[in-house]
Amino acid sequence: MENEFVINKDEILEASKAREESAFLTEKRTEALDKLNSLDMIKPDKTRVSKWDFFTVTDQFVESEAFGSIEELPQVVREVIDIETVENVIIQRNNTEAFVKLSDDLVSQGVIVESIFDAANNHPELLEKYFMTDAVQIDENKLTAYHAALLNGGVFVYVPKNVQVKDPIQMVVLHDDEKASLFNHVLVVADTGAEVTYVENYVTTLESGKGKLNIVSEVIAKDNAKIKYGAVDFLAKALVGYIVRRGVTGNDAVIDWALGLMNDSDVIYDNTTYLMGSGSSSDVKIVHVGRGNQKSNFTTEVIHYGKETTGNILKHGVMKDSASSVFNGIGYIKHGATNSDAQQESRVLMLSPKARGDANPILLIDEDEVVAGHAASAGQVDEIQLFYLMSRGLSRQEAERLVIHGFLAPVVESIPIESVKQLLTAVIEEKIVN
Amino acid sequence: MTSVLEIKDLHVEIEGKEILKGVNLTIKQGEIHAVMGPNGTGKSTLAQAIMGHPSYEVTKGEVLLDGENVLELEVDERAHAGLFLAMQYPSEISGVTNSDFLRSAINASREEGDEINLMQFIKKLDKNMDYLEMDQDMATRYLNEGFSGGEKKRNEILQLMMLEPKFAILDEIDSGLDIDALKIVSKGINELRGPEFGSLIITHYQRLLNYIEPDFVHVMMQGKVVKSGGKELAERLENEGYDWIKEELGIEDETVEAE
Ligand SMILES: Nc1ncnc2c1ncn2[C@@H]1O[C@H](COP(=O)(O)OP(=O)(O)OP(=O)(O)O)[C@@H](O)[C@H]1O
Ligand SMILES: [Mg+2]
Repeated sequence: MENEFVINKDEILEASKAREESAFLTEKRTEALDKLNSLDMIKPDKTRVSKWDFFTVTDQFVESEAFGSIEELPQVVREVIDIETVENVIIQRNNTEAFVKLSDDLVSQGVIVESIFDAANNHPELLEKYFMTDAVQIDENKLTAYHAALLNGGVFVYVPKNVQVKDPIQMVVLHDDEKASLFNHVLVVADTGAEVTYVENYVTTLESGKGKLNIVSEVIAKDNAKIKYGAVDFLAKALVGYIVRRGVTGNDAVIDWALGLMNDSDVIYDNTTYLMGSGSSSDVKIVHVGRGNQKSNFTTEVIHYGKETTGNILKHGVMKDSASSVFNGIGYIKHGATNSDAQQESRVLMLSPKARGDANPILLIDEDEVVAGHAASAGQVDEIQLFYLMSRGLSRQEAERLVIHGFLAPVVESIPIESVKQLLTAVIEEKIVN
Repeated sequence: MTSVLEIKDLHVEIEGKEILKGVNLTIKQGEIHAVMGPNGTGKSTLAQAIMGHPSYEVTKGEVLLDGENVLELEVDERAHAGLFLAMQYPSEISGVTNSDFLRSAINASREEGDEINLMQFIKKLDKNMDYLEMDQDMATRYLNEGFSGGEKKRNEILQLMMLEPKFAILDEIDSGLDIDALKIVSKGINELRGPEFGSLIITHYQRLLNYIEPDFVHVMMQGKVVKSGGKELAERLENEGYDWIKEELGIEDETVEAE
């Protein structure tokens, strides 16, 4: 069997003990390790992963130096943070929590922003309630179990009832050690009536890496809560991985996603939102630029359980070189979710004859009284648009650039932090031009 | 120096079918030429071929701008050389604001280091938009996206006024315009009129030519210019239609399909 791995259970549990992790996390690791071999591998639709190596991790934890002040942050990190105005930021360097700045406001409102390990010790009742229970299960597949077994980073964000967090909470993960693998777990919980904007950025100084990615985010919006979740990933080549971001809504809750998936590595993305509460909604916006020989699979699913729920998926991808991506969009209206609305749109722009982009919209509907719709397209840059722009004096390259930016704008515009939006624009630029 | 645009024996094919069958026309700066003719006789083809539309293949002839064959230039180079085409069906470009686009377009024809400064640009844009009675928010909207037919035409003229080319080809700039808009658009074109501006205006209606008085009027049929004259030719066409020309020249089928 491919994708086999050798894993030393004792070493993992010893490390857990030495790091004084909570008994709960050790328990979860043990559970995952025990189940690992009997679980199935993921089977992303239309992408064969049997040759992908998700498992070879040489170092579960690498130790990195922390940063003493904002001034010490390296350029790649400074670029994603609005240094002048940033209020709330937590920085993880490889597997080490390296910098934290939280506004007094935030702390006095009772908002918790802590590394997942600290939170497990400091707020066990909260963390244990939500960690791998509602959104993602340990025994879903081999990779979710592997995640729990090798967990080595991440953050816990909790916003108490009716607290509306004014400034975004930003998490930056800096990958600057080739040996480091990122098995981060992000848990964002907005309690009843709470509101928060959370943005995470994965940045790197490396050209390539030897580690693996296995990232799980669980986003829980209780009744009437509102979460904006933004993510912009720019990781190096050769960090093969699995990134799962899932949300669960209460009644009248909102989870909106704005994801700029710009990694240069082969990644399987699962972004699923469970609209459990009636009247809840989710808006999912995803943008991706694929280049080189990169292979990716983006499965975006909104599952409607509650009545009168609304799901909107918008995905725009640009494919260059020999890159190949599958964009699966699934709107699933379960029986009983009356008067729900599932919409999706997938657009792929191909910049080279060797690039591949598959847009597959899927609607699964078990209920009669619903509204649903989808649109999908894959094609080249429109020559007539280029002609129009060039006839006003713009070079072909500039005209293409404008058309591509225009194509991605609906997603880029929805990124909730200005500096991140600008950086995403710059990264798109760099990817298109080079 | 007065620039000259010469179209010589131009033959153009689209998907292997010959549409233009030897067009000859000479336009000098300071002159306004109107091109009229029934539907499907090659007027837009002429305009698009001069600008370099990718679907049109020139099989014979040349288009000279001050002696230089522009058919050998890329589309953007033709624009830099001083040509402009207001299109019958302008494209919509999402995500690019009208004003960002205009500024890039202006700078594209300038040398590096000689870019228009932001204040100058804004002043010029404001002035021209005022002149064309365009809403300020048109500047920040995406290029032509969701514009009404008339708004698109007005926006073409805005681009024309901002770019100030040597020669402008206007393809049915009057179609879809209400009476007031027609007057405003004509006013814009008349504003440019002068010794440093030449224009070829494709239209079906005398009405536009009441506002922009042409120096020359040409009629196209069967992919060629079949008759030329002064502004009185347009007036006669308005009153009598095309039959008399067909009779005079012995043409039965005026379209490009004719052998
Ligand atoms: N893409 C195309 N494929 C096939 N035939 C085309 C194409 N574009 C134009 N033609 C044909 O070329 C001929 C001339 O078209 P053109 O658009 O130049 O006419 P026109 O004189 O501008 O007409 P109108 O007054 O209706 O705008 C027409 O018969 C038209 O059908
Ligand atoms: Mg036409």
